[in-house]
Amino acid sequence: MTERSDTKSNYSRRDALRLMAIGGAAGLIAPNLLGKPAFAQNPPASPTGRVVVGLSQEPTVFNPLMPHIEADEAVHFSVFDALVRMDPKGVLQPNLVVEVPSQKNGGISEDGLVWRIRLRDDVRWHDGKPFTAEDVKFTLELITNPKFRAWRTAGHSLVRDIKVVSPTELTWRMEEAFAPYQSFLAETFMVPKHILEKEADPNAAAFNQAPVGTGAFKWAQRVAGDHIELVANADYAGEGPYLERLVFKYIPDMTVLYTQFKSGDIDLVDQAFITADHYAEASQLSDRVVKLEPGASVESIYLNLEKPQFKDPAVRQALYAAIDRKAILEALYYGVHKPTETFMPQNSYYYNPNLPAQEFNLERAGQILDEAGWVPGADGIRVKDGVRLSFANSTTSGNHLREQTQQFLQQTFAEIGVEMTISNLPAAVMWGDFWLKSQFESAISGVTNVIAGDPDVSNRLHTKAIVAKGGKGSNTGQYSNPEVDALLEKGARTFDREQRRAIYLRVQEIVRQDLPFLPLFAYTNVFGRKQGLEGFEANSNTRVASWHAAGWYWKD
Amino acid sequence: MRGFLLNRLSQSLILLLIVSVIGFLVLNLLPGGPLAQFGLDPGMTQDDLERLKEQLGLNRPLLIQYLDWAWRLLQGDWGHSFRDGAPVLAVIGRHVLATLLLMGTSTAIAIAIGTWIGIRGATHRYSLFDHVATVGAMVALSIPTFWFGLVGIYIFSLQLGWLPAGNMYTIGDGSVLNYLHHLILPSIVLSLVHVAIWSRYMRTAMLDAISQDFVNTARAKGLSERRVIMKHVVGNALLPMITLAGVQLPSILTGALVTETVFTWPGMGRLFLDSLGYSDYPVVMGLLMFSAILVILGNLIADIAVAIVDPRIRLG
Repeated sequence: MTERSDTKSNYSRRDALRLMAIGGAAGLIAPNLLGKPAFAQNPPASPTGRVVVGLSQEPTVFNPLMPHIEADEAVHFSVFDALVRMDPKGVLQPNLVVEVPSQKNGGISEDGLVWRIRLRDDVRWHDGKPFTAEDVKFTLELITNPKFRAWRTAGHSLVRDIKVVSPTELTWRMEEAFAPYQSFLAETFMVPKHILEKEADPNAAAFNQAPVGTGAFKWAQRVAGDHIELVANADYAGEGPYLERLVFKYIPDMTVLYTQFKSGDIDLVDQAFITADHYAEASQLSDRVVKLEPGASVESIYLNLEKPQFKDPAVRQALYAAIDRKAILEALYYGVHKPTETFMPQNSYYYNPNLPAQEFNLERAGQILDEAGWVPGADGIRVKDGVRLSFANSTTSGNHLREQTQQFLQQTFAEIGVEMTISNLPAAVMWGDFWLKSQFESAISGVTNVIAGDPDVSNRLHTKAIVAKGGKGSNTGQYSNPEVDALLEKGARTFDREQRRAIYLRVQEIVRQDLPFLPLFAYTNVFGRKQGLEGFEANSNTRVASWHAAGWYWKD
Repeated sequence: MRGFLLNRLSQSLILLLIVSVIGFLVLNLLPGGPLAQFGLDPGMTQDDLERLKEQLGLNRPLLIQYLDWAWRLLQGDWGHSFRDGAPVLAVIGRHVLATLLLMGTSTAIAIAIGTWIGIRGATHRYSLFDHVATVGAMVALSIPTFWFGLVGIYIFSLQLGWLPAGNMYTIGDGSVLNYLHHLILPSIVLSLVHVAIWSRYMRTAMLDAISQDFVNTARAKGLSERRVIMKHVVGNALLPMITLAGVQLPSILTGALVTETVFTWPGMGRLFLDSLGYSDYPVVMGLLMFSAILVILGNLIADIAVAIVDPRIRLG
């Protein structure tokens, strides 16, 4: 935020508008306060007050096991519980279990194949029925039921022989050791057997429109296209809830989402948050807490490593050195996002902070190419062994910030004798086969590499994940390094957190060295909430801000 | 009359068939599809996507998919939304009232004000009022509605704090007054364009009628100018407006795409945009058929109404 002061003067018109707007907004805030409860310094003894959360996508899927988008998870996290919970530091905490299963506590066998889960005995469904191991068994089996339109099945498809030992204990066997399943369970919400087992077609169950969970909030009502209302679950087994009502309001336009935050109609902005261009103004609003929170996605230039231009590591190093990231971030992205050297989210437990920092240095970039034998041809573009250092760059057409980034890159690359042409495509075409089957030369993409906060990135970086070579996954840049492959395989079999950390720190080191893609920045989200809304914590290991509304409360 | 209705019915069925085929084709040929939104979800594997495709029946040949959809529709089954799994008619039912409220109000405002401006413009032709109305209509027609909406929100919500910044009502307050308060800005913004259209049509129709012989006759009989205008001219000028009303009728139920988005109004227009965005084929097709049927009905009603009002016209 401090580095923004030097660019402030550019925004005098914006500032003027902001000042004008505050005067109007203040009038709206005051009447809104009347609806709130008497304030307390600590969480109130009984649930009081209401929070309206704004979302730019409408939650419509309330069976948490069915295919859904981020916005739906805001509701899932509040109505349902998973066995474990991923905390903001990326560490698993118990939720419905008594303790997080690990090899140390015997929850997971030494070979990683047998899992033993011990559940809390004081959890009840919203309809009063007790939550038991039968529900866990039912949930896991429903996910792999071929008749059921399940969301993610990775990991779940390895589970075999689920045995209920007692109402609070169950075991299962894994087809192979798969450590990421620990994290996947944090996004696997438990559904009630006693309600869903009666349904002939689980895809069309009434439950899907009026869910019953064990979470801190109970389903109240949905006004389609407008909002979803939840009420406090007074019998919640965990901490909280402190709010009497929780409302998820759908506001489809990003500018209007921000406007309604400013006007006081919504108390907290969730997905897709406040847009970067509103950050400067938002951070000046009175009675609002506006903060930059690291996200999980990383914006990078992906290089198709099977193209002859990119096979030489010197080219990748030179290109990386020719990117003026600071200028791009400050001039185009309002200084909101942060530079990064890795694919790992900065809030992950597995993030490697000790990677060499990229330095913008055109002279050095030219030097690297000179040394590698890339000499300028008659047209000024460098050539080596008949390969011209010229390539196309593609991204979603109509994404203005990325288009401006491309023009920026085009200019600095030209200065070191590299020709970059721009060839953008509509989103549906760009991210279809063109991307998935590695038909691009280079591309700009914002990618979330980790799944459910787990550091396993085999899907992005393992040789077996190259679709263009018959693999399965999303290694679209066709990166292949046997050492990384071996480490990734080891990491997926290793359950111990510290051992895994060492593995993924090393993976990041190698990838930083190989530069299969050139990181531009780590996405930072602009979170906004009303002053006085306490107990809020951002968690980039989940996809929504409302991952733990159970802990929220109003205070003066 | 019966022959006319039968003729119209058969025409309508053919029209619906054509609309549904074209709609289905265009929808399915658009790149992306219902599973595209999960394509970038890091946890969804290629196998997951293939499985869902099969479970949703999207891997069948297009012709089979269409015939299956059309056959079910003929039996009254409009299908289920891919998103929330609810029956399409229920999804439409959840949004249609919000749209009816907004569009009904704005159309009522538009007809009342537009007709008045049209009459006054024609009777006071080339007056200052007429010029202002003409220029105003041009401005209203050429500036996009969402711009009016955003400016309205900026001035009346953020600056003055008089009106809410969108939404149909304050959550937790379902009173009639609250609804009305929220209705003011979007309905006025929406009616701007319609006032412009109505006033222009009305003015033209009035001028058309004013120059007719029977008006001269009425004046010659010694009727007061007011009576001539209100009874003879306006009565005749309203005839073409019935047809216009027939054309506008469907929009009362199908909604306004942009305005509903700007004002976060949970109506049909936004449902259509969202369903299109998520490639929710059953809902998009349902909305398409719904509005096609309304267009046919609107025109039919207008034709019948004109025939009833105008003795010169006989249907058959």
